Amino acid sequence: MPKLITGVGCPYCGSSCDDIECLVSDDGKKILETRNACVIGNEIFHHVSSPDRPTKPRMRQADGSMKEVSYDEAVDFTAKALIKAKKPLIYGFGSTNCEGMSAVARVAERAGAVLDNCASICHGPSFLAIFDNGYPSCTLGEVKNRADVVVFWGCNPMHAHPRHTSRYSIFPRGFFTTKGQMQRTIISIDPRETDTAKLADYHFMLNQGHDYELFDAFRTVLRGHDIPAEVAGCKREMIIEAAEKMRNARFVMIFFGMGCTHTDGRNHNVDIAISLTRDLNTHTKSSIMAMRGHYNIAGPGQVWSWQFGFPYCIDLSKGTRAHMNPGETSSVDLAMRDEVDCFVNVGTDAGAHWPIAAIKHVKKHPFIAVDPNICMASEISDLHVPVRVVGVEEAGVVYRMDNVPIQFKKVIDGPEGVPSDEEFFDRVYTRMCELTQTEPMWIPAKGHAKASSTSEH
Amino acid sequence: MAEKITLNMITQRAIEEGQAMEKGKTTPEYFQACSIVEMNPKDMKKLGIWRNTNVRVTSEAGSVIVKAIEPTQFVPPGLAHIRQGVWANQVVPPRTQSTGVPQYSGFPVTIEPAINERIKSALELVQGAVGIWKGGN
Repeated sequence: MPKLITGVGCPYCGSSCDDIECLVSDDGKKILETRNACVIGNEIFHHVSSPDRPTKPRMRQADGSMKEVSYDEAVDFTAKALIKAKKPLIYGFGSTNCEGMSAVARVAERAGAVLDNCASICHGPSFLAIFDNGYPSCTLGEVKNRADVVVFWGCNPMHAHPRHTSRYSIFPRGFFTTKGQMQRTIISIDPRETDTAKLADYHFMLNQGHDYELFDAFRTVLRGHDIPAEVAGCKREMIIEAAEKMRNARFVMIFFGMGCTHTDGRNHNVDIAISLTRDLNTHTKSSIMAMRGHYNIAGPGQVWSWQFGFPYCIDLSKGTRAHMNPGETSSVDLAMRDEVDCFVNVGTDAGAHWPIAAIKHVKKHPFIAVDPNICMASEISDLHVPVRVVGVEEAGVVYRMDNVPIQFKKVIDGPEGVPSDEEFFDRVYTRMCELTQTEPMWIPAKGHAKASSTSEH
Repeated sequence: MAEKITLNMITQRAIEEGQAMEKGKTTPEYFQACSIVEMNPKDMKKLGIWRNTNVRVTSEAGSVIVKAIEPTQFVPPGLAHIRQGVWANQVVPPRTQSTGVPQYSGFPVTIEPAINERIKSALELVQGAVGIWKGGN
């Protein structure tokens, strides 16, 4: 009889929903039905059983075609490419678990690589602003239970985080927000009338790229000063009215997204958003949160900050210390300056999501893609290594957008012989140590876990 | 009627793009979801094109053929939107203002009718750019 597995985590967006239910076939190999997931999550759970999914590494041949090779050959190729390269770039990690990130970090340190995650082309500027100005944030549970004014600045959760509004930010009834949506004032700030803006009580359709001015206008009004009749294409009266709503709220929550970080101003837009949150706290309670894109993109920030002291753009090529300087050690800048001589793409698709000019640069050198599926990076790579899908075929710790760790479950068995990211990179690490005739260094806790897992199998 | 118009381009997520991406970037669904540019009907009128006409979008970084459609989420005149993905990234400038993040939103593009031009597939664009495109679909 098919088995219903509850409390499953969804490996898509930063909301990291952990209330998914999967109906699994008798043999535990196929997901028949998913419940509670959004259309995108649903697609992920069903796609794992797709017959076109690769289950063997593929290596590019001299004639340009791809040929299936064994995992041993893939491990060997990756280890040798990383040893040979002077400054390899290992990039990605939107879609893998913290165990995988930690394993890759060990490889990167040994290879003297630059270690970077997708935040580099996403919420990287938010990190810069947070370093400068602090991060007065909270958890999504607090948003659900307390927030009565919710601001969506340059983000569109109805499309990018489909269940965010129903689980946390607009609709749910919480401890102090017993009336749900009726009790919340929603403010959307977006140059388009997005599907999120349509749910808002106030929609500021600002002139694209003029976020800083509008934030500044809100701060000016809250400090009791006058503003011009129109700021960034928005009327003074409306700004004053919305600022009053914020001032009189019991708890103001500001969510910000790519509208702030992808456009002119970058980190300065986020910087002033944080200052606005601070100003609001002189009148009421207020908090701010980055709308992180992937279910575990907050993970590398946590794991690597603990390992190296920095969340992203970590240059380990110096050998003795980690160095972080976005603009210099960030992936796209490194690629555009042609500074890397090997590229490893893990759990993301740089091929589709980087500007094409940057891809042309990294493709001049060995290009390795580690990803469960066929994607643009895998189709231009010299080596594509399929791995198990975290959250579906592989358990592990992920960090939700509010930096709350969640243990994701394994729902079904992965294809036979296909390793997880962690297993693959542990093998690469071991091989690199063999090739360089050095002792592998497993930290004690990890060594212990490895010893016990070997005895189990 | 102008031969080409200059618009301000933004490239962001859409749920159609997310769903199609998880299905696979080589699927027809992904092609349909992402090989489009959303622009205001007034701008289409200025350009003298009907909706669902192929257009050439050119920026400082490159150019791409996509289909001009009426916005699924309202876009004011002067602004254009290509959903994030392969087609958008043909024109996204890689300059990062020293932050690591390319200019995904807020860069000028010119748009001109390209009625007889073909929209390339995702694979053709990416493999073609790195010189390993062998033809086919």
